[in-house]
Amino acid sequence: MSTTNTAAIPAAAAFTPQQQAARLVMHRRRKRINVVALTLALSAMAFGVFWLVWILVETVRLGLGGLSLAVFTEMTPPPQAETGGLANAIFGSLMMAGLATLLGTPIGVMAGVYLAEYGQKSWLGHATRFINDILLSAPSIVIGLFIYSTVVARFKSFSAIAGVLALALIVIPVVIRTTENMLSLIPNALREAAYALGTPKWKVIASVTLKSARAGVITGILLAVARISGETAPLLFTALSNQFWTSDLREPMASLPVTIFKFAMSPYENWQQLAWAGVFLITLGVLALNIAARVFFRNKH
Amino acid sequence: MNALLTPRPEARAATSAITERAKISVRDLNFYYGGFHALKRISMDLPEHKVTAFIGPSGCGKSTLLRTFNRMFELYPEQRAEGQILLDGENILDRSQDVSLIRAKVGMVFQKPTPFPMSIYDNVAFGVKLFETLPRVEMDERVEWALKKAALWNEVKDKLDQSGAGLSGGQQQRLCIARGIAIKPEVLLLDEPTSALDPISTGKIEELVHELKSDYTVLIVTHNMQQAARCSDYTAYMYLGDLVEFGPTNEVFTQPKRKDTEDYITGRFG
Repeated sequence: MSTTNTAAIPAAAAFTPQQQAARLVMHRRRKRINVVALTLALSAMAFGVFWLVWILVETVRLGLGGLSLAVFTEMTPPPQAETGGLANAIFGSLMMAGLATLLGTPIGVMAGVYLAEYGQKSWLGHATRFINDILLSAPSIVIGLFIYSTVVARFKSFSAIAGVLALALIVIPVVIRTTENMLSLIPNALREAAYALGTPKWKVIASVTLKSARAGVITGILLAVARISGETAPLLFTALSNQFWTSDLREPMASLPVTIFKFAMSPYENWQQLAWAGVFLITLGVLALNIAARVFFRNKH
Repeated sequence: MNALLTPRPEARAATSAITERAKISVRDLNFYYGGFHALKRISMDLPEHKVTAFIGPSGCGKSTLLRTFNRMFELYPEQRAEGQILLDGENILDRSQDVSLIRAKVGMVFQKPTPFPMSIYDNVAFGVKLFETLPRVEMDERVEWALKKAALWNEVKDKLDQSGAGLSGGQQQRLCIARGIAIKPEVLLLDEPTSALDPISTGKIEELVHELKSDYTVLIVTHNMQQAARCSDYTAYMYLGDLVEFGPTNEVFTQPKRKDTEDYITGRFG
């Protein structure tokens, strides 16, 4: 603030030609480093995109050929049959993924709210967060085997319920993590403003913080749906598969990933064809969910 | 150390005699952030229906003091206040006092505008709905009244159903003021309400502060000396957790009792 101090600092001296040249050399060097770094980054991206595009092209090439109306209307056929589709598998996948999301979302959102709004620093919060991180990275086959031993083995039958439970166990940690992250992004000033009006805590969370984080939370749920719609391992030991149409949750139920697994490994031409059609459908679905998540998130921010 | 043996004359704030009725009386208030002693034995009487400005360098405790008046600090478990803050004679720091009811009486507006993720109308109605169940017509009237009071009505009357986030920074801040006064508080706390705003919006808010004092007791924290001089009746100068000087604004600014105050106000320090 004081004006007397500024006089003590000498004015900036002009650069000598030598200094000027040295500055130019340094500037050129920086530019060269920039070019190298940019090239490395671009080639890393190209490497990733190359494989992704190849996978997509191959899926479309082989999947599109097998796609017909029958895929959506007829049941999975026996080997070497003339006709057949994936109707029961598509229905089973939608049913189980849908129910698992309905089951996992409220639990995940509530646990995420607890972690972000109540248990930030408590030991219970730290423990929950730690366990959730482990669950998040647990191989899905472990979850499948867990449900097998606790549900399938006990009731002595594979069932869609078991499949739903296994998928829900995958949904929950993903939703917990995204909900907590999105809520922690909400500035404290917004919470304080709500409290300053005399708002009780549950109302602050329901009407202000969770509402502000809504786009992010829904994005997390969509990504969890995308994740479980491609999972094979947890369904293999739980819902198993079913040749026929069923909507009874106590029976084994067909699903796209398990059907693909079975059909793709078989030597039968028609099964392999259907497997590719299924792969194409799943890829399309997951792609659509990811795009939906992105669009949703962008619209809100 | 010295202070313990022979109290320095400066140990107590230089306060001028204030004759108005006190809305808030602070008595021996100490405040701690964990182990850090942030407010040291503050005692002052804040007059009703006046604007009191709190000035002082960053970290002097003026925002901390403001946040004790609605117990906002309680959101953070490591912060605690000791002493008394009497609002119309009742100690609001007393645990038996319901914090929601205190906050209904003591409204607050923050440094950065904080519109809620809802329509302009719902932003204003939000706080009202917490304490009153009004029929639609009366709620409409209340929202209009609050928005008019906050000098925002003419700018938003045709888009009450649009999101509050779509307004400009200055409009958002006035929306927050409208939201605060819609629940008809008695005291309004303004924590650097214009520091994130452009000069024109700042001017509007200052005008507003001037008008609000007929109905409310307004306490404003500001870094802007001119703002304190322009829109307050009383000024409190704080430094390192101490209340150094407190008195009518024109006296504090023209003939401060303390050398520290004078240095800060004239810009030789700070």
